[in-house]
Amino acid sequence: MALKQLSVFLENREGRLEDLFQVFEANNIEIHSFSLAESSEYGILRLIVSNPEIAKEELRAVDFSASLTDVVAVRLPGGFDSLKSVTDAVTSEYNIEYMYVLSTEKDKQAIVFKIKNVEEVEKSLEEKGFTLIN
Amino acid sequence: MEIWNEAKECMSRDQMTQLQSARLKKAVTNVYHNVKFYRQKMQEMGLEPGDIKGIEDINKLPFTTKADLRDNYPFGLFAVPKTEIVRIHASSGTTGKPTVVGYTRKDLDTWSECVARCLTMAGLGKDDIIQVAYGYGLFTGGLGAHYGVENLGATVVPMSTGNTKKLINMMIDFEVTGLMCTPSYLMHIAEVIEEMGVKDQIKLKSTINGAEPWTEAMRIQIEDRLNIKAFDIYGLSELMGPGVANDCEYHKGMHIFEDYFLPEIIDPNSKESLEDNVTGELVLTNLNKEGMPLLRYRTRDLTSISHDVCDCGRTTARLSRFKGRSDDMLIIRGVNVFPSQIETALLSLDETTPNYQIIVDRVGSLDNLTVKVEVDEKFFSDEIRELEKLEKKIAYAIQQMIGLATKVKLVEPRSIERSEGKAKRVIDNRKFD
Repeated sequence: MALKQLSVFLENREGRLEDLFQVFEANNIEIHSFSLAESSEYGILRLIVSNPEIAKEELRAVDFSASLTDVVAVRLPGGFDSLKSVTDAVTSEYNIEYMYVLSTEKDKQAIVFKIKNVEEVEKSLEEKGFTLIN
Repeated sequence: MEIWNEAKECMSRDQMTQLQSARLKKAVTNVYHNVKFYRQKMQEMGLEPGDIKGIEDINKLPFTTKADLRDNYPFGLFAVPKTEIVRIHASSGTTGKPTVVGYTRKDLDTWSECVARCLTMAGLGKDDIIQVAYGYGLFTGGLGAHYGVENLGATVVPMSTGNTKKLINMMIDFEVTGLMCTPSYLMHIAEVIEEMGVKDQIKLKSTINGAEPWTEAMRIQIEDRLNIKAFDIYGLSELMGPGVANDCEYHKGMHIFEDYFLPEIIDPNSKESLEDNVTGELVLTNLNKEGMPLLRYRTRDLTSISHDVCDCGRTTARLSRFKGRSDDMLIIRGVNVFPSQIETALLSLDETTPNYQIIVDRVGSLDNLTVKVEVDEKFFSDEIRELEKLEKKIAYAIQQMIGLATKVKLVEPRSIERSEGKAKRVIDNRKFD
């Protein structure tokens, strides 16, 4: 089961991040992690939140473009030094589209990444003994 | 200053009215017999050619609109057999279908006559070397200006548009004294001349500029900047092309060549005729055209007319500086753009909603076109790469439709300004007053 990431389109306009966080606050949505990708005119905020379905609906209600994306979230048994073991396990014809940190807590380090064939990659990771986060 | 055709440009009002009346009667008879569209329209109105006794009867005749040209695409309004047509020009229409015009050899001579009159008004003559920096091609600007310069007997340098440094280098090397281009391109040329630091090597005397709206302030500014005389020219491909009217050294409005074009000013809503010096929509009738003569063509350009005799000695009526349009057409870098064309382009792509806004800016002296498109959930991707691909795809579709490079900007849903629920489609930040 893939993790649902919330993706939001943001114009580079003053106050837009604030508006977004206000929606989260009003609906008691917790942010576990996020990453912001930017171009010169706009950005895409990618978030792992406590309730992505509700977050998406509430954001759309106030005219944000928001969608849910399947991503792979995996624990790193040996901390960030074991990143290579993850990339080795992802034997795939596809590339990792983007990647960011989900947790830096000691012994619970984890990352999130996007790839096209999520199910296949998850299966392969599990077979190799990795723990997935859903 | 000289006058190219004193007999026609300095006629008494009575003589002009007589000439126009005789030509109008002939034109009406001609289209009645040779253009089905006009025959049907006149028959519906119960009008026969004999009912038109002179220009005082112009009100009885039907109007022609851009939509009529489109409906009769491509050759439906031609009044002569195709064998008589020696050239075709075309301009963009409202839905992507071009507006086509055809010229006989005599029509091309008339056009060259009109442009020669304009050039003479600008103080240019057979000793001058003149660069034409309008686009050459289907657009009437390039070729229309070109043959006018040849008819004048001057030397034409057919630059077309594009390489500004090359234009300036040739301007210096050939000792160019005249230049025909759009006002915004002239401003750009001035900037590049200053950048190159060659202002003292320029021999330019006069420029003739048109095909897009500009202000009197901009005209005076460019005169000072380059130490030249700049003149305003008017024209439209439907009637002929550039050279319908031009301003003289007194710059008190553009002299319209009334022996070829009969002007009227109407209220665009009631369609009633308006008096001299009252602003309304310019309506033009071709008096002496063979290929595609139009009756009462609604130009959508807003101006007023004056019949006072000008200090230059010409008696032809003058059109005041244009005050805008009575429709939503934009003129960007000399190209006609309708918002509906952008909409058609967006709708041709599956990925977009037609929630858009057109923003026209004048950056430095060049017009820039930006189209904002709202990002819809349906095609929102969480990858920048995909969104950039989408921007390019939209920009390409728009460029295919209107022929101008466009910057596309993706914006959030419902972020385009709406008044009473209706989106504001066009923001024109250029100043024309």
